Amino acid sequence: MAHAAVMSGAEPGAGVYTKKLGMWTFLASEVMFFTALIGSYIVLRFGAAETWPVPTETLNIPLTALNTFILICSSVSMVKAYAAAVDDDQKWLKIWLLATVIMGAMFVGVQVYEYYHLIHDHFLPSSGLFGSTFYTMTGFHGFHVSMGVLCMSWVTIKAFRGGYAGGKYQGVEVVGLYWHFVDLVWIILFTIVYLI
Amino acid sequence: MTTAAVAERPTAAGHDGRSFIQRYIFTTDHKIIGIQFLFMSLLFLIVGGLLALMMRWQLGYPGQPMPGGGMLPETMAPDGILLPEFYNSLVTMHGTFMVFFAIMPLLVGVFANFLIPLKIGAPDMAFPRLNMASFWIAVPAGLLMVAGFFVEGGHAGAGWTAYAPLSARPDLSGVSLGQIFWLLSLAILGLSSILGSMNYITTVVNMRAPGMTWFRLPLSIWSLFITAILVLLAIPVLSGAAIMLLFDQTLGTHFFNPVEGGQPLLWQHVFWFFGHPEVYILILPAMGMVSDIISNGSRKPVFGYHSMVFAIIAIAFLGWIVWGHHMFQSGMNPMLGTTFMISTLVIAVPSAIKTFNWLGTLWRGSIHFHTPMLNAIGFVAMFVIGGLSGIYMATTPVDIFIHDTYFIVAHLHYVLFGGSLFAIFAAIYFWYPKMFGRMMSERLGKVHFVLTFIFYNLVFFPMHFLGMGGHMRRIYDPTEYEFLQPFQPMNRFITVSVFFLVAAQVPFVVNFFWSLFKGAPASENPWKDNGLEWTVSSPAPHGNFAETPTVYHGPYEFSSPLVDDDYLPQSRAVDPQPRPAPAAGD
Repeated sequence: MAHAAVMSGAEPGAGVYTKKLGMWTFLASEVMFFTALIGSYIVLRFGAAETWPVPTETLNIPLTALNTFILICSSVSMVKAYAAAVDDDQKWLKIWLLATVIMGAMFVGVQVYEYYHLIHDHFLPSSGLFGSTFYTMTGFHGFHVSMGVLCMSWVTIKAFRGGYAGGKYQGVEVVGLYWHFVDLVWIILFTIVYLI
Repeated sequence: MTTAAVAERPTAAGHDGRSFIQRYIFTTDHKIIGIQFLFMSLLFLIVGGLLALMMRWQLGYPGQPMPGGGMLPETMAPDGILLPEFYNSLVTMHGTFMVFFAIMPLLVGVFANFLIPLKIGAPDMAFPRLNMASFWIAVPAGLLMVAGFFVEGGHAGAGWTAYAPLSARPDLSGVSLGQIFWLLSLAILGLSSILGSMNYITTVVNMRAPGMTWFRLPLSIWSLFITAILVLLAIPVLSGAAIMLLFDQTLGTHFFNPVEGGQPLLWQHVFWFFGHPEVYILILPAMGMVSDIISNGSRKPVFGYHSMVFAIIAIAFLGWIVWGHHMFQSGMNPMLGTTFMISTLVIAVPSAIKTFNWLGTLWRGSIHFHTPMLNAIGFVAMFVIGGLSGIYMATTPVDIFIHDTYFIVAHLHYVLFGGSLFAIFAAIYFWYPKMFGRMMSERLGKVHFVLTFIFYNLVFFPMHFLGMGGHMRRIYDPTEYEFLQPFQPMNRFITVSVFFLVAAQVPFVVNFFWSLFKGAPASENPWKDNGLEWTVSSPAPHGNFAETPTVYHGPYEFSSPLVDDDYLPQSRAVDPQPRPAPAAGD
């Protein structure tokens, strides 16, 4: 115990740069947040299995399927943007980032359209457990996408100003992690809320 | 979201052109942020204490006008007599303030902020601006929580656990705005905690000085690191629960409303899934800092350092699978209750490892009874009592009898006050010189410790007897129950002791503020400790270290044969050959 051991030589650190590690920890807390909402949904739905409405009768599945496709495409363009940033390909970085922002905004737009029509058809947060859980989960997801679009716009502006020139890809990667997370959450929500 | 707030690393030590506001108010310096949290949470500690004092008045002297109660508005205490509705708010808000705005920020906000970069040899946190945001998000949360007292219908009254449907249905509780303020405040505070814990985790992982390997980290840092992981994963669950309850209140959703198929029991599950890790958030940092202080005060290495680390990790892990023990009486499959009972009892193992290691550290040490050490030993003693009553309560058959009685109140105060708060006092006395550059008075400190220790036990020990006698917690007037009437002298005794306990905090407050201006100037290393924070001047300068230190040893090399001093700073390189043993003694 009392050895005055010389320095171990190993440099402390996880081998991951700090911003990325910070984003990973943040996403861990986000997982727990959505777990609280999704877990409650599962418990409530199993508790009221007989009376639970058929989602397809209330929700517009083809529209949301299209929206899901848009969001998944935006994840692909995000990956392309990251690859372009790593390769220091400024032209395609800008194009792919812009595509991601536009598709993210389209997703939010379609969701607003969906909400508008649902509310018009008197499907509200107070419409039973289905309304409660539907609006809470998809609403918070939509809020996360909106925040992502804002951050992504900021990254895009920075890209147009040459902020990621010379292989400085970290900002793109970090915002990309967030974007993929939000995409992943949507795939789960689409499956359990809309499809089954 | 985070990218915008990520800041460049702070520059090295030295004076810079920062204005007063940049230096002390909107500061990114982790030490000042820690001190900001210190002032905020001590203020809430006083508020929470005064709320408890009012509660105790009603329990000791039910229906009698409270001295000074005439100052309260008619909606709280007409003619100085506390209303039952206001009493419910007192119960709720005492718990809420103490858990979320006093003990948790004192441990995590203050000491994680202040100690982590200093003890690992970093210039600041990984994300200093995020750190600043974490404090300035906590402030409006606190103000919102206080504001709840002054809204229509009074403050939240459903207990700090806010069980639904009482908390979800204003038509049942008569409280709507107060509960909404309560939920919003907790949701906002949750964001602050999450930002803070991101910072702590990232900093510990990535910003340790060369040579500061995982097993050279002080136990305080280990416990704060593990606690940060618990905060990161538990608080968002509370946020999710709070948001669902908030929507029940405001948007008319039905999560916890049984009339529309919602499940009140779901609230309890989600709340305690957060709530039990929260219990360990409130004790693990205390355990870590006490380990540092006991080793220092015994002038001996911590007994079983590695087992201490693994015990922290084991407690943190087990903390996730025991939440059901809060709900034995809520209606649960008895098999499931047994499972929760067993997992709860298992926590006694790592807890006992820690306790025996503290005793092993003290054993044959050359013990210095300085004020931090006294408080740390007080922590160990009280934690043993609280821990043992915890094991007792965790067995389902016992809990059937003592559930929701004063026995629970006694237990939780033995771990939260006798445990966490004594450790917090120890830590404040210990690191005060590094925070403010002056020593606190030892004499006043000892007076404070002795009086607090005595009156604390006089207040909370008799509550065990009340609980065994069936005295329910959270009741407004015990004299209304015939079987509780024989306990009224004991209730009164507790109330009188509480007044003395509050009075015993005066020496601390005086000491704290007097020493800020008149305390003896502190040297670099007044406690002759090994941590890196003691190698810089007191108070620690902006940027912490003039040059990044290199670490050669673990943090507990007291009475090492390698050096003549009885301590060996972590950053002092020594010849690895042991010298001939000194002639005598230590």
